[in-house]
Amino acid sequence: MKLNERSLAFYATCDSPADNSGFLYKRGERHTAYHRRWFVLKGNMLFYFEERESREPVGVIVLEGCNVELCDSAEGFAFAIRFGGAKSRTYVLAAESQAAMDQAAMESWVKSLSRASFDYMRLVVRELEKQLEEMRWGLAGGCGGSRESPGSWKPKPSGPERSPERLPALPAVPPKENGCAVWNNVLGAEQPPDPSGCGGHGDEGNPRPPPLPPRRRVSNGEAVARGPSTFC
Amino acid sequence: AVLKKRLVKLVVNFLFYFRTDEAEPIGALLLEHCRITKEEENVFSISFIEEPERKYCFECASEEQCQEWVEALKRASYEFLRRSLIFYRNEIQKMTGKDPLEQYGISEEARFQLGTQQQ
Repeated sequence: MKLNERSLAFYATCDSPADNSGFLYKRGERHTAYHRRWFVLKGNMLFYFEERESREPVGVIVLEGCNVELCDSAEGFAFAIRFGGAKSRTYVLAAESQAAMDQAAMESWVKSLSRASFDYMRLVVRELEKQLEEMRWGLAGGCGGSRESPGSWKPKPSGPERSPERLPALPAVPPKENGCAVWNNVLGAEQPPDPSGCGGHGDEGNPRPPPLPPRRRVSNGEAVARGPSTFC
Repeated sequence: AVLKKRLVKLVVNFLFYFRTDEAEPIGALLLEHCRITKEEENVFSISFIEEPERKYCFECASEEQCQEWVEALKRASYEFLRRSLIFYRNEIQKMTGKDPLEQYGISEEARFQLGTQQQ
């Protein structure tokens, strides 16, 4: 499949700030050795370079429809980016081996990668848009009565580092933001969405936002022990 | 230049294009740092910042469809979405005095901060 590689490379190397960057070890495709690469996360794209000074990335992982999981690894602090498609590769990465930095580096990566998808960003934006709308028009939440004053925000259930597990339903006809199809989080990035005819606009009759990818990851900066089912 | 009929699909910040009878896309354009321009009637183009003279032109079935695509594509980038989020966050914070991202536990995320992020 053709890609505008120059534009990709530009995005990777231009001076817009990265959301995360650093050296990681990446396991080779045939489950062999780990290779040290310089990784740069921008938006929903995880680029990797041979060297930090390299002019062009050697590869990119598009972080849509994937899960980021901790690995039980003999090497120590590894995590995996796993896609759903049958032919999809699982990327196993490990933080630099430098004593105390391992765990912190790994957790920082897992966190930033877990929230890197466009879908996630869009969900948060829609939620904020909705809050702003409600505030501006003073919509009553419950039956009759006056809404709570803007200052007293009802907090979501407390808990460290909770991602929006369940956001309220969006209005039936959401504004057409970028006219894009609902991205099925189960499919890997390589799978094409259902064709919807030329000029595919609208949400294909499905106004609800895609569900958040399931999140099985660290909370509050502590490593969570993984069961055997998540061996990679 | 020859016009070829393509099935075009905007998904997140990618514009996929297919031959009309095939299930796999033949190509995709990453829509970051690009400019969407309304050209002549029914036509818009996409060009990229690092190669501005190269235009990917698309002819639509109608002017209305063309406008719809231009609007959608202008908002398609991750960076646009990020700016929207930061904008809404600030607006809500101004109105309520509270950071709306706190309830999701993501207020410290680098990607949602204004200004410089970590190198």
